[in-house]
Amino acid sequence: MNTKDSNHLPLIIKKLHKSYKIDSDTVDVLEDINLTVRPGEFISIVGASGCGKSTLLRLIIGLEKNYQGQILHGDKPIKGPSSDRGMVFQQARLFPWLTVEKNIEFGIVGKLSEVEKTKIIEEHIELVGLKGFEKAYPHQLSGGMQQRVSIARALVNRPDVLLLDEPFGALDALTRINMQQEILRIWQAEKTTMILVTHDIDEAIYLGDRVLVISNRPGKIKKNIPVELSRPRERSDYDFVRIRKEIYREFFTQEEKNLEYFI
Amino acid sequence: MAEAKSIYGNQLRSKQIKILTKLSHYPAALIVPIVILIFWEIMSRNGYVKALILPAPSGILDAYIELIKSGRLFDNLLISIFRVAQGYVVGAVLGVAVGILIGLFKRVEIAFSIVLGFLRPIPIIAWMPVLILWMGIDEGSKVAVIAIGSFWPILINVVSGIRSVDDKYLEVAYIFEKNKIQILLKIVLPSALPSIFTGLRVGIGIAWMCVVGAELIASASGIGYLIMSSREMLQPDIMFAGVFSIGLIGLLIDSSLRIIEKRLLKWNSNANS
Repeated sequence: MNTKDSNHLPLIIKKLHKSYKIDSDTVDVLEDINLTVRPGEFISIVGASGCGKSTLLRLIIGLEKNYQGQILHGDKPIKGPSSDRGMVFQQARLFPWLTVEKNIEFGIVGKLSEVEKTKIIEEHIELVGLKGFEKAYPHQLSGGMQQRVSIARALVNRPDVLLLDEPFGALDALTRINMQQEILRIWQAEKTTMILVTHDIDEAIYLGDRVLVISNRPGKIKKNIPVELSRPRERSDYDFVRIRKEIYREFFTQEEKNLEYFI
Repeated sequence: MAEAKSIYGNQLRSKQIKILTKLSHYPAALIVPIVILIFWEIMSRNGYVKALILPAPSGILDAYIELIKSGRLFDNLLISIFRVAQGYVVGAVLGVAVGILIGLFKRVEIAFSIVLGFLRPIPIIAWMPVLILWMGIDEGSKVAVIAIGSFWPILINVVSGIRSVDDKYLEVAYIFEKNKIQILLKIVLPSALPSIFTGLRVGIGIAWMCVVGAELIASASGIGYLIMSSREMLQPDIMFAGVFSIGLIGLLIDSSLRIIEKRLLKWNSNANS
């Protein structure tokens, strides 16, 4: 089943700069990003909103161009979208006029026979636990179920890398925890490299092999925090809490400095 | 998947509730017209309103039954409906085709902008004398005026439907490396469909108004002619029967289009609610 297993490739980002032109001003969004993602690794990226973390994913998937530096998948520079890389957005972005199975079929890149298509779609519906909902339309599904379809669609080409852009940000707290467990299960089953962007620190620690903290404007990798805890992780574990504190400190250092002035 | 099952269950239940509340609306919807009819009937019978100007509802009903019995109503209606069908098909095909081209290609829009901007404000009826001059007083001019009338609302709605495609959907298509034809067929057109349907519905309403207008101006048959000729022959009851038939047919056309739309656009939760 996992024919691609042997040729999983690393993702290498070197000296990446990205800026936007707004009127005559240039706004630096990302600055000097250097990152190597091992095949099969799960990386969490946290940062305040507007820090450029979503832009980083859009660059990796190939939706944004015009950058300086290098983004390599294996040894090939990324120039546009490819079936090697999949993406899940915050909104499921399902086509409301297509049923669950047709939405997943839309994700298939390249020519396949009808028999192969049916088989792959069936496998992926099962993978995300939506058996029995093949013929449902998106508006008949809950937010969590819609996001499952979106994950199935992104995985249908068996990509090397799956990019997750705040995928559970729009879900309620209970569904979110449920979906985190699901994505972990899928990751362990498929051995896909995963890059998750989130502003939920607990989610980042719960899922990631390491957590990257991105600073605000321009976005730089401020800290790289390995999470060496065995899975499944317990959110109330001593080490979990310690890492959470460490990350919190990255975001709220300024207030502490202010306090020193007062003393 | 308990979560999922309960969602289906809820939908079924909410559907039943919807039907019930709809039924309970009907008596309220009927009260106003019934009160108006009773008031009108009383006014006519007591001679406050002259029958020659406004006949009593009962008199109009009699004329209606007479028109149906003699076949005059259906013969004339059929002629009008046939004219509408011909003109509407031409207007709709052109409206959808030109609309798609303008919606998709900026250059086509620019090329057509002055011509369309100039033609659009012209009232449809103003074309009638021109079309009679060109095509004579027969069917041609009537079909043409219907085609022009239905063309505009369809064109405008198709263009706005094509334009309003969500960029987020296009990004998904781009990620999955779809070509332009696949994007057009699988994303742009389906997402424009509700808007296209709105255009088609407005278009048929206008087509129906156009045929009556055209027949009032110059015709020897059709529902508009029936109204005009009964005025000349001082038969106000028949005149009103004709006028009301127009409303009735219009209502019928619109509600059947709504049903078709609901069936075809099952996925569109906005249309269903």
